[in-house]
Amino acid sequence: MEVELVDVTLTHPNGQRAVDRLSLAIRGGERVAIIGPSGAGKTSILRLIGTAIRPTAGTLRLGDADPWRLPRAALRRLRSRIGTIHQAPPLPPRQRLVTTVLAGRLGQWPLWRALASLVYPADIAGAEAALARMDLADRLFDRCDRLSGGQLQRVGVARTLYQAPDLLLADEPVSALDPQLAAHVVGELNRDAQARGATLIASLHAVDLALGGFPRVIGIRAGGVAFDRPPAGITDAMLTELYASESPRPPTQDDQPLELPEPRPRAARQPLCR
Amino acid sequence: MTATRASLASRDPALLPRLAITVVALLLLWPGLELAEFDPAALFDSRGLATLGSFVGSFLPPDLSPAFLRLVAEATLQTLAMATAGVFLAAVLAFPAALVASRALSISRIGPGRGYWLGEAVRLPVRWLLILLRSIPEIVWALLFVRAVGLGPAAGVLAIAINYAGMLGKVYFEIFESGDTRPARAILEAGGGRLAAFGYGIFPVALPELMSYSVYRWECAVRASVVMGFVGAGGLGQQMDLSMKVLAGGEVATILVVFFLLVLLADAVSAVLRRAVA
Repeated sequence: MEVELVDVTLTHPNGQRAVDRLSLAIRGGERVAIIGPSGAGKTSILRLIGTAIRPTAGTLRLGDADPWRLPRAALRRLRSRIGTIHQAPPLPPRQRLVTTVLAGRLGQWPLWRALASLVYPADIAGAEAALARMDLADRLFDRCDRLSGGQLQRVGVARTLYQAPDLLLADEPVSALDPQLAAHVVGELNRDAQARGATLIASLHAVDLALGGFPRVIGIRAGGVAFDRPPAGITDAMLTELYASESPRPPTQDDQPLELPEPRPRAARQPLCR
Repeated sequence: MTATRASLASRDPALLPRLAITVVALLLLWPGLELAEFDPAALFDSRGLATLGSFVGSFLPPDLSPAFLRLVAEATLQTLAMATAGVFLAAVLAFPAALVASRALSISRIGPGRGYWLGEAVRLPVRWLLILLRSIPEIVWALLFVRAVGLGPAAGVLAIAINYAGMLGKVYFEIFESGDTRPARAILEAGGGRLAAFGYGIFPVALPELMSYSVYRWECAVRASVVMGFVGAGGLGQQMDLSMKVLAGGEVATILVVFFLLVLLADAVSAVLRRAVA
């Protein structure tokens, strides 16, 4: 699914401007990482693209439609093709993983199937396969509140993988995971998007994951684009400037433009937050 | 810049609103007590005390004769049946109303998108309807239904069903909205429908609260059915009315003990149910 933002502005009711005249075009099947300091507007941008909030000004196009001009039924169909991975996964604590994962397809299922699946899970094998990709297949019938924060985050990813959306939006999908699992999950998202030709847009706090795994990286600062290019063209100076307000010791890549597609060694990673 | 920040941090900005709320609450409470003619001294007035004493004294000993116990048992069953049927009917009416009235399940609220005002225009009348149902006390509904369907528990069932539908509906949609609504919202944002978002997003979050509030309401219904018995809706209340009219204090005491046991039972049922869904 193609994504296009033209002069999109988002002003919160308190007057704070989260996104400032942002223009951006992402082709169908592209895989894009969004990086930037905390509060730069990464989450707001993803929520705007995911039609969870409406731009104060400017236009958003998904596919060939402006979602906010679509009739209600068409907007719902469009939303069922958008999968969002939330930083804090919004999962009911008492729900079993199988139900939580199957909920990914509620936008595609007819109502009778959704309700019947509450009585007996409609697609146990499908839920198990999605969880297996997150190494959680053995917890299929466990309740969400029996899981750790990192495991829950992976359940959220598994649900979106099960949804199999044309547009995958991931808002810091690996913030609660250790580096090894984080790399695995980001890799799995990339593989999934590539295999199905889906568009993937992920905001990441770990710069090495963004530079190492995505063909296009967008730096966001103060609600606008600081840079937008392949990782090979991103220099230390650009990263220093991007994170200038956040850390006196910004992530570096040894003053060398990155060689692609070789993944960076994990040891080179520097903590962003002290 | 630094100066403003320092002065901002030196005082809790919540201080003034909190102070204002406290003052307003006290100002409202005082005339309330005045209007209600609340006078604790009257309670300890010697004549009042004596009357109260002889009234309570006539309660002892409770009447435990087999014939009366059989009567009470029958009335208890009738009361339980009235309360249970009434609350069940009320829940059946309240649930769909709460689904419609709850903002947590509004798709058009995201954005807000197309049809938002239409949605609000539907939600508001449903909320008003719930207010109307519960603003008229169940005793009035009972008087109404006694005329419509005649003396007996059926009138009580209908009165409870109508009045409690208003209360349950209001509290249900408030429970839907006050819990964590992000799971439901996430489902709506992924194209899910209202009912699906409810079943997968709200119900698992709200279930214990729904359960314990419904059982509490059942307990209230048991007590309410007693009051309605006085206007001829059957059950323990009617029995109590009869016993009071013939000044049989012992019988009244027995019935009061049964009330206590019923509330105890409701409490236990609530505890068991809540543990089951915890």
